[in-house]
Amino acid sequence: MTAASARSPRSARVAGRQTAGQLPGNQRKEFPMTRGRDARDGRMRGARKVLAALLPVLAGLLAGCGTDSVTVVSWGGAYAEACRKALFEPFTAETGIEVRVENFNGGLAQVQAQVETGSVHWDIVDLEFADVVRGCDEGLFEVVGIDALPAAPDGTPARDDFFEGTYSECGGGGLYYSSVVAYNRESFPGARPSTLEDFFDLEKFPGRRGMRRTPVVNLEWALMADGVPPAEVFSVLSTADGVDRAFRKLDTIKDEVVWWEAGAQPPQMLADREVALSTAFNGRIFDATVSEQQPFTIVWDGQVLDYGQFAIVRGTPNLDAALQFLQFASRVESMAELGRYIAYSPTRRSAIDLISTHHEAGIELRPHMPSAPENMERALINQPQWWTDHTEEMTERFSAWLAR
Amino acid sequence: MARPLASVRLRAAALTLPLVAFVGVTFLAPLGTMLVRSFHEPQVADALPLTLAELEDWDGASVPGEDAFRALGSELRALDERRRVGAVATRVNRLASGMRSKIVSTARALGGEDPDSWRDAMIAADPVWAETAAWRAVRRAGERFTLRHYLHALDRDRDASGAVVARPPDQRIYLPLLRRTLAVGLAITAVCLLLGYPLAYLIANAAPARANLLLLLVLVPFWTSLLVRTTSWVVLLQNQGVVNDLLVAVGLIGEDGRLALVYNMFGTLVAMTQILLPFMILPLYAVMRSISPAHLRAAASLGATFLQGFARVYWPQTLPGVAAGSLLVFILSIGYYITPALVGGRTGQLISNMIAYHMQQSLNWGLAAALGVILLACVAALYVAYERLVGIERMRLT
Repeated sequence: MTAASARSPRSARVAGRQTAGQLPGNQRKEFPMTRGRDARDGRMRGARKVLAALLPVLAGLLAGCGTDSVTVVSWGGAYAEACRKALFEPFTAETGIEVRVENFNGGLAQVQAQVETGSVHWDIVDLEFADVVRGCDEGLFEVVGIDALPAAPDGTPARDDFFEGTYSECGGGGLYYSSVVAYNRESFPGARPSTLEDFFDLEKFPGRRGMRRTPVVNLEWALMADGVPPAEVFSVLSTADGVDRAFRKLDTIKDEVVWWEAGAQPPQMLADREVALSTAFNGRIFDATVSEQQPFTIVWDGQVLDYGQFAIVRGTPNLDAALQFLQFASRVESMAELGRYIAYSPTRRSAIDLISTHHEAGIELRPHMPSAPENMERALINQPQWWTDHTEEMTERFSAWLAR
Repeated sequence: MARPLASVRLRAAALTLPLVAFVGVTFLAPLGTMLVRSFHEPQVADALPLTLAELEDWDGASVPGEDAFRALGSELRALDERRRVGAVATRVNRLASGMRSKIVSTARALGGEDPDSWRDAMIAADPVWAETAAWRAVRRAGERFTLRHYLHALDRDRDASGAVVARPPDQRIYLPLLRRTLAVGLAITAVCLLLGYPLAYLIANAAPARANLLLLLVLVPFWTSLLVRTTSWVVLLQNQGVVNDLLVAVGLIGEDGRLALVYNMFGTLVAMTQILLPFMILPLYAVMRSISPAHLRAAASLGATFLQGFARVYWPQTLPGVAAGSLLVFILSIGYYITPALVGGRTGQLISNMIAYHMQQSLNWGLAAALGVILLACVAALYVAYERLVGIERMRLT
């Protein structure tokens, strides 16, 4: 909204220049040809009028392709709003480059289509890390390199400041988000769930469970709840027996599960008491407790951390501006600022120390971040590499399992 | 005289050009591209020409020789330098899950000088290259024209000897989903017909003012966003929802006995029926309005009971509307996936969800295309049956 309305004066200016410069030229050319044919002359004049009316529109479209704006594609909802306030607006204020925001639901399909057809109209895409790595390997993104990203305020190079494995040579910026188990306190007046095992324990904590309809994270949880230590989850999952074991564990709660698709569903289902416990993204639950005062509690035990990054679509005409944005989003200060709007952790060590309070509620944010030490006691950091290899196979098995 | 006529004809034909271009660009071209994609996948063949030439005469029983290693190794290295190795790795991975990262890491490890022995270097980078299965996967991925997407879409695969075999039971997904999709489509069509037929009759035979009101009641939901209607059903039907609250309040069920009305097949049927009902009612209404009430009166005056008159005079005349409405509802219902995904729970997964998954997430467009072609074939079969039974020239849509 803001970006669009801020851009319009400039478009109008460019449009005015082009109308003034081009139209007389056209008239000079066309008059000799149409002279003498009276009936047509009138029609041609009409056509020129239409053309003249269209020119500003065309010029506006052309101006949109200029180099002083970038299109960032993000996930919508509370998260995109946080990005707008913490990243896009400060970036525009600093560089004068407008940020246009589009929303999508993840995945590489549209990026691939744009790169393959050569009509790139997205500049920067906010992606799950597995997709950044995959798109980078397939030549869908521009290579940036970690050394092109800004160093920390104390001079630590980005390479040493980012957490191990959270950066790709095509990526910039980034944050940790976490899949957690959460419950509505009103559903459990007595004893309350406190471990991942409790989520799978229908006797101790009866009631329906919300789970995301995907094998990702659910298979890891099933194994952890079955006694596999986080460090061994992916090696167990790499064996056929391990996968069977995960599905057998999921079998034990299958009949009580309500499957969700969109990140906004779990807070809703918990609030409606449709489910007693649900898996969810931690930021959504935090947002519901802060802005709607919902009585939700997050069980941090067994949380699965995942991370994402921004990447630049290969062949964008706005490469310079996009690169500037990537560097801006990778700054320690930008990452810490983003953390003030949504409870997702920065992926740079020095940004963790800068996390302060929630922008509205003024709550100390550190204990609500996935990265807080007390929340990390039993945590699994997802392996995007494993999932790029196995997502398709596991999704088919998972769908077959669901349908049975 | 002939020339002006011809030019008039030409101009008239030219007027349809925008439509022809529109249909071509937005319908025929994408459809054709998808059809071709379902059996034509040239990416690996284009990327690894030397390797595939080396593997052409390979028996598949023992690990190929140094020449094949050199060809594959040097081609992978060259691809990695141009950042194209991912496209090959992803496609081989579909035939042998886990190969993706092995190919990428092998390509990285081979960077720099030519090794003395490509074979040793590649096996050192990843021992998988000492297995014939990896090479078979590379060779199969290199087939330029292939039926493997169709085999996959029918839950079949080729074993090591190349024979077509069924997939392991826990991986059979597409045929069961296809059956369920068609069954759900038929069920929704039947329910829509049962509900829509009397309503259309009522509207067609009501006084104009009341008919307009009824028609408006049909159309207002029709104009409402699909997502709004779907989520409204969640609000109504969920465990703590309006319907359950009502049933508890009047004492029909206890607080513990709340019914599971949504996130199951029942929820899918209810929501989809409501969404698709107008597509049944409108063609039925159009046909019924053109039937003169005199026909039924004539039947009655000749001694027919109401049921006889209906069965022998009225019903046959509404058949074109029944067929058109059923065809519309059925075809739309097998393509819907947002509604089943949102209210269908575990059983709400239909074949179109998997097509969307392969289009948007896994980017396995070949498989998505094959699934789409199979679905299209089902619709085409239905269309042919319709043509035989009713005759397409009798179809009435409005």
